[in-house]
Amino acid sequence: MVDIWSGIAQAFWLVATLDAELVEIAGRSLRVTLSALVVACLIALPLAALVAVKRFRARRLVIAVLNALMGLPPVVVGLVVYVLLSRSGPLGVLGLLFTPSAMIIAQVIIIVPLIASIAHQSIRELWQEYHDLLISMNVTQTQKIRTLLWDSRRALLTAALAGFGRAIGEVGAIMIVGGNIDHATRVLTTAIALETGKGEFALALALGFVLIGLAVAVNLAIHWLGRTEREGRW
Amino acid sequence: MKHWFIGAISALALGSAAQAADVMKMAVTTSFNNSGLADVLLPEIAADLDIDVQLLVVGTGQAIKLGEAGDVDAILVHSRSAEEAFVEGGFGSHRTEIMYNDFVFIGPKEDPAGIATSDAAAGALTAIAETEANFVSRGDDSGTHKKELSLWTEAGLDPATFGDWYNAVGAGMGAALNTASGMPAYVMSDRASWLNFGNKGELALLYAGDPVLFNQYAYLPVNPKLHDHVKNDLALRLEEWLVSDRAKSLINDYKINGETLFVFNAKPAE
Amino acid sequence: MTQLFPMQAIAIESRRRGQRLVGPIDLTLGGQGATVVIGPNGAGKTTLLQLLHGTARLSAGQINWACTTEEARHHQGFVFQRPVMLRRTVLENLIYPLRLRGVPKDKARKAAREWAARVGLEPLLGRAAPVLSGGEQQKLALARALICKPKLLFLDEPCAALDGRATREIEMILQTAKADGTRLILSTHDLGQARRLADDVLFLVGGRIHEAGRADTFFNQPETEEAQAFLRGDIVE
Repeated sequence: MVDIWSGIAQAFWLVATLDAELVEIAGRSLRVTLSALVVACLIALPLAALVAVKRFRARRLVIAVLNALMGLPPVVVGLVVYVLLSRSGPLGVLGLLFTPSAMIIAQVIIIVPLIASIAHQSIRELWQEYHDLLISMNVTQTQKIRTLLWDSRRALLTAALAGFGRAIGEVGAIMIVGGNIDHATRVLTTAIALETGKGEFALALALGFVLIGLAVAVNLAIHWLGRTEREGRW
Repeated sequence: MKHWFIGAISALALGSAAQAADVMKMAVTTSFNNSGLADVLLPEIAADLDIDVQLLVVGTGQAIKLGEAGDVDAILVHSRSAEEAFVEGGFGSHRTEIMYNDFVFIGPKEDPAGIATSDAAAGALTAIAETEANFVSRGDDSGTHKKELSLWTEAGLDPATFGDWYNAVGAGMGAALNTASGMPAYVMSDRASWLNFGNKGELALLYAGDPVLFNQYAYLPVNPKLHDHVKNDLALRLEEWLVSDRAKSLINDYKINGETLFVFNAKPAE
Repeated sequence: MTQLFPMQAIAIESRRRGQRLVGPIDLTLGGQGATVVIGPNGAGKTTLLQLLHGTARLSAGQINWACTTEEARHHQGFVFQRPVMLRRTVLENLIYPLRLRGVPKDKARKAAREWAARVGLEPLLGRAAPVLSGGEQQKLALARALICKPKLLFLDEPCAALDGRATREIEMILQTAKADGTRLILSTHDLGQARRLADDVLFLVGGRIHEAGRADTFFNQPETEEAQAFLRGDIVE
């Protein structure tokens, strides 16, 4: 119990004094995860829209696979990416192992199925609502997808935030591909693992509280941004 | 919306690109990292050589593998046989001894197996095995783990035959100490990790001093003939620094709570 | 100036799972006035409209326009029985079809405001379309279809779910559109509405045209028994 209180106190102190290491680590956590989120959305959202509107034979199979991939253990993803990016691996020449880029790659792979599945659900529902109208208006495939993506943007935001939550708290994959290198690839989650391993529970807890605070803050910020964009009621 | 995207991606690109000094990657063991010596040496290395040494802190087994794959430029480990195999296999160009510290036996304050009065490491282990007192092993193929196994062998015992009192946790020194603290149990640790450990609880240092417990650290650059992308020039400059008088004074002067941890024993470069 | 008419439908049929829904139907349509398609429920009125509009696939036969099918499609509009509202404001719903065609934003907005005024939706321009009443939504759907100045407008039982007042307002807009030269093809099972709006009548039973002709002829001197029964108010199958 003592640890939890001293953890909270330490968290408060670290944040209040803008502890340099904390700022560096937290900043890196945000940079890695937000970058991964942007890339993942660029892949997952159009993919979800395409699968929702295009009629092709393997459609059900693709949807089933996407849903199944949501259950991919992140640490296994990390391991596979590690093997691919290692110098002795096929993509070794890129020299990406143990860099933040590798961490971003791993996180993108982990959250794309999640974002795509959730987004696909909403887009499909909306497509069924708009179907007759859009077909009658003779829209092109591109116009169709853009309309659906825009009109389901609230639901897409939810999908993105789900992806963000998954990524910001991830530790296994990024530990493996990033190496938790001090001043290079150490982020909040890997730092927590490190400090716990050293027996520094109070500090680990403090970092944990900061991580929770950060995640909540980002969620709130994105919701606030979304709302002030338009006066829409939905 | 568009501007935000572009801004974010540029920030990422800039973030990854900003590196003024030369950068090299070195795999080191958790024991070395937990000692805190790295925090002393790295800034000095950066100041003296303008090299940013990025440390991957892993067990000896993984450090060797990283060296073999060419994912790092050099390794600093403490397992002589593994190191010699590394050089023999052509993965490392050579092996340079830098310093040594020692292993100690940690255990519950009450010392149920009575190892404090042992006259040799082998005796201490035999006592633990006979009383079947809880024991935590690294179990992770690290230098510490290999050392522990060799000591059991010397005492004429085979860990494979041990009962539930022997716990192989498959983790680093800190995690192993945590587990030992929680049980409580005996554990073999390097002195530096123990001194730096923050969760001692019911544990105490019970036995030390047997010369067989000395722990030699060696530095091995990864062979550039095998992996031509490794920064061998940086690795060699670092090696030169590590065997210099500068490193000698830093290492010998490094203390925790007034206790010296490492003894510098490198031979100066020819 | 693209001419759609005369349109000729030759032996068109629609089948689903082996069952014949509509056809074979032969039909020629000229470019003037309002054609009302009437008949009992299940006669295939909706399917016929969809076939002519091109949103349902022909199982047999062909449809020839005076221009190409592509061009014809470009100049048509369709109003559904239950209006489909985009999850946007009234203004944005009106702008949407114009933006699809590349009309610049300010021009589109101007046209949208004009049409909103014309159908009496001006005070609701900033309101979210899905929260409008049934009648307001259908007026919006109609304005949205007319804003592109289609040469041909299909309406599938547009007032089926509306009350008397909304129906009257819709019919007024349709009369204006007709006067402006828009060709109307409208299905309904409301005989009163048929009488009010039709210049020509297509009487559909069991997927086939049972009787066709000018409105006054049909309503006052129907030829077939089924037509007479239908006009009397009997159930026709």
